[in-house]
Amino acid sequence: MIEIKNIEKYFGDNHVLKDMTHKFEQGKTNLIIGESGSGKTTLLKILVGLYNNDNGSVLFDGIDVDKMKRKEKKALRQEVGMLFQGGALYDYMTVEENIMFPLTMFTEKTEDEKLERVNFCLKRVNLDGKNYLMPSELSGGMKKRVAIARAIVMQPKYLFCDEPNSGLDPKTSILIDNLIQEITIEYNITTIVNTHDMNSVMEIGEHIAYINKGEISWTGSKEDLIKSDNKDLNDFVFASELFKRIKNV
Amino acid sequence: MLKILKHLGQYFIMMKKVISKPEKFKVFWKQLLLEIEKVGINSIGIVLFISFFVGGVVSIQTAINMSSPILPKYLVGLASRDSLILEFSPTMISLILAGKVGSSIASELGSMRVSEQLDALDIMGVNSASFLILPKIIATVFFFPFLVIISMGIGMIGAWIGGLSVDVTTADFLSGLKYEFTPFYVTYSLIKTVVFAFIIASVSSYFGYFTKGGSIAVGKSSTKAVVSSSILILFFNFILTNLLLA
Repeated sequence: MIEIKNIEKYFGDNHVLKDMTHKFEQGKTNLIIGESGSGKTTLLKILVGLYNNDNGSVLFDGIDVDKMKRKEKKALRQEVGMLFQGGALYDYMTVEENIMFPLTMFTEKTEDEKLERVNFCLKRVNLDGKNYLMPSELSGGMKKRVAIARAIVMQPKYLFCDEPNSGLDPKTSILIDNLIQEITIEYNITTIVNTHDMNSVMEIGEHIAYINKGEISWTGSKEDLIKSDNKDLNDFVFASELFKRIKNV
Repeated sequence: MLKILKHLGQYFIMMKKVISKPEKFKVFWKQLLLEIEKVGINSIGIVLFISFFVGGVVSIQTAINMSSPILPKYLVGLASRDSLILEFSPTMISLILAGKVGSSIASELGSMRVSEQLDALDIMGVNSASFLILPKIIATVFFFPFLVIISMGIGMIGAWIGGLSVDVTTADFLSGLKYEFTPFYVTYSLIKTVVFAFIIASVSSYFGYFTKGGSIAVGKSSTKAVVSSSILILFFNFILTNLLLA
């Protein structure tokens, strides 16, 4: 479980995150939704340690990250998997080398053991046999699946996904969403997905936190979301005519 | 002024991150060999080409400008040798490599930054600065002196052939090459090269590593890397010449 307590972040005079407190549950797909510029990417970057928070604390399974020693932080990083918006695969490495990279850097496994684990992860994301392709030879959806394979290769306890469906067609988006949800349940990990794709919300939205102007202004499930009378949330989620009709039904 | 101080501060913070023990020597070694190929071996062709022709032009121009019959012909070899060793090979080749290698380093790191590949490394717990930049610095610092030695040799061959085309005999040219040769000039040239190599790799890495934005920003970083490296090379050329030769 990941918990944030009174998190605040400033960029100069801009108060980006305002006193945020929330719990992201283990074994569940936790969604962060909000308009562009609402602060959701900043929150995700604080959670993965790319930004420092100005106030408040981030707790991984009850342990405050700020109070961790350098070695503990390093160990924690190896329990974190991250899926980036564009995949962030290393251009100069093959699919196999990309997935194998964390194993090479942080484990003492033999080449055969590493290869076995890579093939297992590739199979898990339905890309078995694609070991020797370069990232430039992959489609958008395949890149995301390789990135998922790389994110789970170290058997992480925490999985972060930043806009996993951006640039993907609806069918591939659902495939990626379902894959993320299956992996979350299968490995009992804490997954946090940053998205503004309403299809994802309706597909895998078990635990949703809505961020508006730097504050968590609503939390609940996709069922709660349809019934919600939060005006800002409704304006954001049911912006299109189609979703407005769904809401009214 | 504040901007320069900010850049300087950020540069030294980055260098502190760069100079740290590699996570795994096996991986580091692989990266180093890759960089030696990219920044060193792939630059041999351009160094050979430029050095040969510039060497030839230096000797032809020297010969043409020595119109007085009192001046001995061996001076063509002497002038070519000194201009190649003292200035052309270390400084001009470094300026050319600042364009070739510097822009390649900055654009490589810049594109990795904008496509979040550097963030991916950091999140995994890999020191991205050390993992990517340290092999580049070591590869340039160790390989550039070889490129400069090659440049000196090929430049002199070019000068000899250029000399032959303006009636400077091989005997005259060789006698000029050997005349009052000061071995320290080669040492001075190599010291300069090591400093310039460090400037090219570290400054270009700095601009690439801190790229912000998209593909246009990558192009801007690449330009800034080449311009800044070139200015610093010329500045340190002046300082080192004063310190070592004056």
